[in-house]
Amino acid sequence: MTTSEISKTDLVTLTIDGVQVSVPAGTLIIRAAEQVGVQIPRFCDHPLLDPVGACRQCLVDVPDAGNGRPMPKPQASCTIPVAEGMVVNTQATSEVADKAQQGIMEFLLINHPLDCPVCDKGGECPLQNQAMSNGRGESRFAGSGGVKRTFPKPINISAQVLLDRERCVLCARCTRFSEQIAGDPFIAMVERGALQQVGIYEKEPFESYFAGNTIQICPVGALTSADYRFRSRPFDLVSTPSVAEHDACGAAIRVDHRRGQVMRRLSGNDPEVNEEWITDKDRFAFGYLRTDDRLSYPQIREDGELRPASWPEAFAVAARGLASAGSVGVLPGGRLTAEDAYAYSTFARVALGTNDVDFRSRPLSQEEADFLAAEVVLRQGATYADLEAATSVLLVGLEPEEEAGTIFLRLRKANRGRRTRVWSVAPFTSNGLRKTGGTLIAAKPGAEADVVAGLAHRTDIELDSASVILVGERMATSPGTLTAVARLARTSGAKLAWVPRRAGDRGALEAGCLPTLLPGGRPVTDPTARVDAATAWGVAGLPDQPGRDADAIVAAAASGALGGLVVGGVDPDDTADPAAFRAALEAAHFVVALEQRETDVTRVADVVFPVAPVTDKPGTFVTWEGRPREFDAVFVNPHALPDARVLAGIAEELGRPLGFRTSAEAHARMVEMGPWDGDRATLPDAPTVASTPGESDGLVSLATWKLMLDNGSMQDGEKYLRATARTPVCRVSLTTARALGAMVTLEGDRGSITLPVEVTDDLADDVVWVPANSTGHGVLADLASPGSGVRLKGADQ
Amino acid sequence: MPDTLTPVLTSDWAEDQSWKLATYERGGGYRALRKALAMAPDDIITAVKDSGLRGRGGAGFPTGMKWGFIPQDNPKPKYLVVNADESEPGTCKDIPLMMATPHTLVEGAIISSFAIRANTAFIYVRGEVVHVIRRVQAAVAEAYAAGHLGKDIHGSGYDLDVVVHAGAGAYICGEETALLEGLEGRRGQPRLRPPFPAVAGLYASPTVINNVESIASVPSIIGNGADWFASMGTEKSKGFGIFSLSGHVAKPGQYEAPLGITLRTLIELAGGMRQGHELKFWTPGGSSTPILTGEHLDVPLDFEAVGAAGSMLGTRALQIFDDTTCVVRAVLRWTEFYKHESCGKCTPCREGTWWLVQTLTNLEKGVGREEDLDILLDQCDNILGRAFCALGDGATSPISSSIQYFRNEYLQHLSEGGCPFDPVASTLFAVEGVR
Repeated sequence: MTTSEISKTDLVTLTIDGVQVSVPAGTLIIRAAEQVGVQIPRFCDHPLLDPVGACRQCLVDVPDAGNGRPMPKPQASCTIPVAEGMVVNTQATSEVADKAQQGIMEFLLINHPLDCPVCDKGGECPLQNQAMSNGRGESRFAGSGGVKRTFPKPINISAQVLLDRERCVLCARCTRFSEQIAGDPFIAMVERGALQQVGIYEKEPFESYFAGNTIQICPVGALTSADYRFRSRPFDLVSTPSVAEHDACGAAIRVDHRRGQVMRRLSGNDPEVNEEWITDKDRFAFGYLRTDDRLSYPQIREDGELRPASWPEAFAVAARGLASAGSVGVLPGGRLTAEDAYAYSTFARVALGTNDVDFRSRPLSQEEADFLAAEVVLRQGATYADLEAATSVLLVGLEPEEEAGTIFLRLRKANRGRRTRVWSVAPFTSNGLRKTGGTLIAAKPGAEADVVAGLAHRTDIELDSASVILVGERMATSPGTLTAVARLARTSGAKLAWVPRRAGDRGALEAGCLPTLLPGGRPVTDPTARVDAATAWGVAGLPDQPGRDADAIVAAAASGALGGLVVGGVDPDDTADPAAFRAALEAAHFVVALEQRETDVTRVADVVFPVAPVTDKPGTFVTWEGRPREFDAVFVNPHALPDARVLAGIAEELGRPLGFRTSAEAHARMVEMGPWDGDRATLPDAPTVASTPGESDGLVSLATWKLMLDNGSMQDGEKYLRATARTPVCRVSLTTARALGAMVTLEGDRGSITLPVEVTDDLADDVVWVPANSTGHGVLADLASPGSGVRLKGADQ
Repeated sequence: MPDTLTPVLTSDWAEDQSWKLATYERGGGYRALRKALAMAPDDIITAVKDSGLRGRGGAGFPTGMKWGFIPQDNPKPKYLVVNADESEPGTCKDIPLMMATPHTLVEGAIISSFAIRANTAFIYVRGEVVHVIRRVQAAVAEAYAAGHLGKDIHGSGYDLDVVVHAGAGAYICGEETALLEGLEGRRGQPRLRPPFPAVAGLYASPTVINNVESIASVPSIIGNGADWFASMGTEKSKGFGIFSLSGHVAKPGQYEAPLGITLRTLIELAGGMRQGHELKFWTPGGSSTPILTGEHLDVPLDFEAVGAAGSMLGTRALQIFDDTTCVVRAVLRWTEFYKHESCGKCTPCREGTWWLVQTLTNLEKGVGREEDLDILLDQCDNILGRAFCALGDGATSPISSSIQYFRNEYLQHLSEGGCPFDPVASTLFAVEGVR
């Protein structure tokens, strides 16, 4: 049987408005009608939500249900699947359907305030549009002196989301989204009749990382964001499609802007990636673009003070400083476009002649670099579609709801729709895991390797070629885990993917921002790969020894072995040892900083270049899947240049040009160099390092990861968004909590923090969890390294 | 005409402590259960099919056929749910039955559950009638104590638990899928169908939902045979039913008679109309059924004939209104009820009832124009058959039918600038000539 035969048998042929159309079995009439070019008006219907048939706007006439008999009354086309031989007449050809729709529209408007001129939705409102297309011009209700239902307006259903109950048509899209898609059923319909309304439970706030989607799918102006309310009119906005920069998921977004300012961001529609949903961080966190500390001109240090400089002068000073610094290390950070990462990679090798380049601006390991080179680079291990189709998904050191929202939604969809089993190797069952129907495989920090290795012997966990293993970047510092995961994937046949946290991490890996890898996965130690890269770059040769990784670069700068540093978007507090990083910045003879905003790095740098944020340059993010996501510049902004252009300028002053200047040229050169088709690196059998949970001396081991909404600098300038962040708590077991009381102080080798206690049932007694960046300067700077031992003390007043 | 009545369900209502298990058993109660437990479940379903019993909750769907829809190969548990959420204006048969002889219902529930292979049955009682809930609970407790319920009932190997569930005060929960939502602990709003409850009802399991009177009729069918039941009533509406007469008759109350009896006969049984007055209009089956008038006195009260007369047999809730009643006022009261009870899920019912009340209020006050009647009818047309469930349809019935029969009375309100009737005169406490 051929594919076309299969698809033929799955098709159902029906007649809509006299036009015959064949659609897949199970298609709803309302969507089949779209195939013949008929838009049936609708409110409650949404293709990604379960049908509900509540608004009744999409009524059609069905003179033949496919069995030769007519349906006695108009039917809601959003709830009825097509049937072979069915005849449907929509408002286009049926007076019954047209009158039914007009009647519903009239009803919908009797209690609607008709305040379109002051409503944020005005101009892009399905109610407004469909009242025009499928309603009557004059109100018989108003004509007869009808009295509308009124409510005080508006009310907050979260710090960010506001509800105007008068405008609501009670389609229940928002409540269904929250329940079905996000799994956060904190809003629900309350009261009845015309007084029915969306309500919240007093004691449980609408705490959802996906709440903004309810605003976008609201078919009227009932839900608005505190952020955007009354800020602009849709017809004043220019929309540019783009890609979200806050995580490695590559969610499609739409940037709506006016006169050089982003006014709001909406979810794009990309069925292969984020469908129609984005996280609140992707939607609302763009205020960092307009903070007061944005850099808008190059600066050079003169007599200890930074002073403004022209671009050519800054290029020349930077080149001179780097040339005289001796050896230079390059720390590009993980937020780059692939093109900018390629520029850093090229700059290190061609302009500086070093392999001392590492995009990893957080705790890392040699095992991780080996794993990335052997198992990740150039590979599309798994896709969102694989997650949805998977029989089972194993998460290792990854908390999707916090670290990769789009993955979380897809896992939830898979579990809801296909009963995909989800397992998570983690210290406790998180709410996010519960929402994906997942099961915990308990592992203390640092002990994940043993747990993963043991999975092969467990009969209750079935992994096969229809399974996916997702391992998070945090596992870099859990000795042996990445090796164990790779082995498990090989023996089980499961697909394997590495999920970093930052949008640029995967692209930087592909572009060779690692001490062991050249662009396109070319191993530094492979002579043919080096020749290949050198030829593409037009240089005689490349350094043949692997360079220093980020930790070694920091150590070498501190000890004087490295004289210069080129630092991209790296926050010292994200690095493995923030104090050591700051010391290295101080110790280095010459520091060049490429940054969007003033930071601890720019404050000590010798030359500071303002670099363009995502809105101001074209580029490509590579998702955790390995899927390239290209986007265009939203604005033309002369105050900052892409990192690639800055590095090209310095390289030209050094007399060793990169061979490109613009992002487009960098992209072309990167494509030209292409992926390595020779042997790839293999994963060495990692030495089994004894895990070191501090069970002795009353120490407990520290588990931590970042919450989606925390103190991250890219959420600056968004007070409403920040207000929806989870309250930071310290998670301990019941036994530990009993001994501690309501507040606890954690003492580590770098300092201490105090947090309220939350009892977590399945957390081990000798493990404690705190959010990584929700207090002070974050756990790495203020407390200890993840996985190390900390001491707990009750801190009740 | 004593032989016109056929007291079966109501036969013991006058007994001393009729609600007690002992009284019920003395009258032959629970004999049908023992007979049923010796039968094959499918034979019980066949017997109920053969009897021609149609649902007594209003819609008249054949009960045995409904039971036959339960997929017995479905591995999930099966449930019987008894709809005792009697809330329709005018309907007052189930509550007296549960007060007087709750064991008829309990026995019926056991036999019905056995037939559909359910091991759990729920009786969803309207929440406002706490005294009835207590009485049914007491009857269920008595039945457990007597071994009619619980494990291995009378050595048959059959287990059944009956749960009496109190509603929380919403008319919509009489709609079967909204009732299921309520039973599951959610807001009472109707569910999308399909799937139908027979396939995925309570807890997504095969579920039979029947009215109290339907289930209470089952023991008599098993005890006396399907033929006995089918010998009563009319060709397609077999058996007996409780006819609840209320309003302007001399002796309001429950009259159990074969289907097909006429209102003329029933009014005679009830001692005639209120003295000195004539029948003006009446509902055959509660306020959701279109009203009828004196010209329909001889319509046989069965599903077919009432349907042919332009209304529905419904719950046989015969509300009788005499010539003192303002039809506009009566209809407005009913419409206010539907507005109050609309669950809010769908647009036409939610918004339509909101608007209907305003229009009718104006008309009763004599405010408006003749065209408003046409707008009113058009509103009804835009609700009827467009709403999610039958609540919206029911809301339009009194309006459309009253305009059909009493258009001039509506116009009289407009021409006289108000209601031409004395509202006190229509009350039951009104005494002739006294205000």
